[in-house]
Amino acid sequence: MPSQDARVQQMIEINEELCKGCDICIDFCPLQVLAISEIINRKGYYPPKVVDEEKCIGCRLCELVCPEFAITICNE
Amino acid sequence: MMTQRQSRLSGFDNRTLFLLGDEAAAYGALYAGCDFFAGYPITPASEIAEVMSRELPRVDGYYVQMEDEIASLSAVIGAVWAGAKAMTATSGPGFSLMQENIGYAIMTETPCVIIDVQRSGPSTGQATKPAQGDVLQARWGTHGDHEIIALAPSSVQECFELTVESFNLAEKYRIPVILLMDGEIGHLRESITFPAYEDVAREERRLAEPEVESFGGEDVPPMSHFGEGRFIHVTGSTHKASGMRDVSTQAVHEDLVTRLCRKIVDACAEISSVEEDFVDGAKIGVLAYGATARPARGAVLEARRAGCAVDFLRLITIWPFPEEAVKRLADRVDTILVPEMNLGQIAREVERFTAAPVLPLSKIGGVPHTIDEILDAIRANGSGSGSTVGQRP
Amino acid sequence: MNDEPIIPGPARPLKPHRLLKFLRQEILPTAFCPGCGCGTVLNSFAQAVEELSIDPKDMVFVTGIGCSSWIPSPYFKGDTLHTTHGRPIAFATGVKIMRPDLKVVVIAGDGDIAGIGGNHLVHAARRNIDITVLMVNNWNYGMTGGQVSPATPFGVPTTTTPYDNPEHPLEAAELVAAAGANYVSRWTTYHVFPLMESIQKALEIEGFSFIEILSQCPVSYGKMVDMRRASDFLKFYRDQSVRVHKAKEMSAEELEGKIVVGKLVERQRSEFVTSLRRINERFREG
Repeated sequence: MPSQDARVQQMIEINEELCKGCDICIDFCPLQVLAISEIINRKGYYPPKVVDEEKCIGCRLCELVCPEFAITICNE
Repeated sequence: MMTQRQSRLSGFDNRTLFLLGDEAAAYGALYAGCDFFAGYPITPASEIAEVMSRELPRVDGYYVQMEDEIASLSAVIGAVWAGAKAMTATSGPGFSLMQENIGYAIMTETPCVIIDVQRSGPSTGQATKPAQGDVLQARWGTHGDHEIIALAPSSVQECFELTVESFNLAEKYRIPVILLMDGEIGHLRESITFPAYEDVAREERRLAEPEVESFGGEDVPPMSHFGEGRFIHVTGSTHKASGMRDVSTQAVHEDLVTRLCRKIVDACAEISSVEEDFVDGAKIGVLAYGATARPARGAVLEARRAGCAVDFLRLITIWPFPEEAVKRLADRVDTILVPEMNLGQIAREVERFTAAPVLPLSKIGGVPHTIDEILDAIRANGSGSGSTVGQRP
Repeated sequence: MNDEPIIPGPARPLKPHRLLKFLRQEILPTAFCPGCGCGTVLNSFAQAVEELSIDPKDMVFVTGIGCSSWIPSPYFKGDTLHTTHGRPIAFATGVKIMRPDLKVVVIAGDGDIAGIGGNHLVHAARRNIDITVLMVNNWNYGMTGGQVSPATPFGVPTTTTPYDNPEHPLEAAELVAAAGANYVSRWTTYHVFPLMESIQKALEIEGFSFIEILSQCPVSYGKMVDMRRASDFLKFYRDQSVRVHKAKEMSAEELEGKIVVGKLVERQRSEFVTSLRRINERFREG
């Protein structure tokens, strides 16, 4: 569920090796926190990178929609 | 302290009743410890389901009528992995539908019993008439290399006893066992004497110790059940000893399938059961099974009374094929006569083990052989030379 | 794999994903195509199990043949019966009758559940047996390369309807609701939060529970309709879906091509295994 307090710092953890570069997380993040990275993983996919972590409100949409369990939000 | 099953069934102890073969088979299942039955009505097997639906709740077991025979065997296999001893019963059309799941039970090593009360086919055929047309389907009906166990009773008493034996073999070898009844035996009513409940030998399921794998390691590995926290993986795909799928390694498939076959082939002598009745000087032998063994035995006895030495071999185990017994017969006689209610299915198998002439005495159309028909064939061929019967179509 | 990663390692050690504990981690990443919705369904399912604090030891997964049967088998670490094509609900019936204390979950595709196994679906719903069925509907037979399925929309090309699908799809959720299930809903992989909540509900409710989950197949299906990115499907689901209560006010013409999402049925018909076991109580001694 979306965090009520958007100012809580969210930590976005991306497991690049599990990612298959489908970009769903990038396309559907409501605040455009993610973007395609320039790096390539062992399987040949481009995982997402965090471009604006401060905008993240920890809604967890990316975490739940990811087919590969490659992204998770850790509230610190 | 008596279990509910014990107290219900011990009421039959040593009693002699007048039952159908179907009913006797159902009671055999109950004595063997069957606590789950899933089925679908079909002539001439429906009486088995009726007895199971009536008796299972009385022994704390469960009956469910499924939407078809595919679902029936599916539910049976599911119940076994949840801890049941389980059975289904059907006839030819339903048996055809079950073939894919029989292969699944072989591949996953699921002990269960399938009774096929054979009727005249192909297709709907003569729905109410007996036949023995499914013996090769029992052997080869499902795809891929495999072995199977199938037994054929010749009396109502044997319907009871061989159903118990089917459950025991299923547990011992972790394999589906097919009881090849026929409409003649299933719908035959004759007297049967029940054993005492505690005198019935019951093979109990061997369960794996923690950390022991359930799909390899020994020819017949111990089983695991669901709900024990072992996270077992049961699949009809090629799998490793752990149960986990591996469909791309040649050796994994070869090891698995050869083991599944070896565990039955190597135990053939132990599994095989026949009735041998040999006499000195016989030039002809009669080999029969199931309902056909009854007129066959009658004809053999008549022939002997008339002074003709005839050997008699009755197959109780059909698969794995009791080849040693067949070879023994073949070594003694010049001609083997095989009466059966099909167009020579087992006769063809017998031919693989003898150079001597094998004469099928086939009869289809839903009318069992008469003693005279078989006797005439013995008379015509009893000298061991020439043949007047058994021309294969 | 011996080759070194081309990517630099993370600046700090990764915090493990809290749902990975439910998975057979040694075989990850999954064998699903990139962007396949099966992984999203697995994710939502694992989240629901976490929310309900269900011990996986108390669950049995029964699956059929096809991509979505791989969702629990092998990825979810639980007892698993991976059955013949179309038959998981029938196998699950045997499991549930013998072990009503275990949660029996069938996850399989539209081919398994609505196609070859359609009859088992209808009758399990009629019996109202306490099984949860997730039908992952990707509109085609994806594993075999994208053939038409009983759920493929009308007029769509597939590898076996090269001149467009002349058949109408089966509305599986409505069918199951009519057959007597206690809980029926339809969601998509776009609606991950309500989907996860719906899975929770389905797991909790006694009786037959069924969720039809529209799930993208950007490879086998997408190639035929030029929807090659997972997001193409999710946007389609977002734009074309209509909530159940809204749909009730819409005409058949207005609903043409729409995806009705939400809860279709929730009721308390008596459950099959409970009734079956009650028979045995009549004969119990003492």
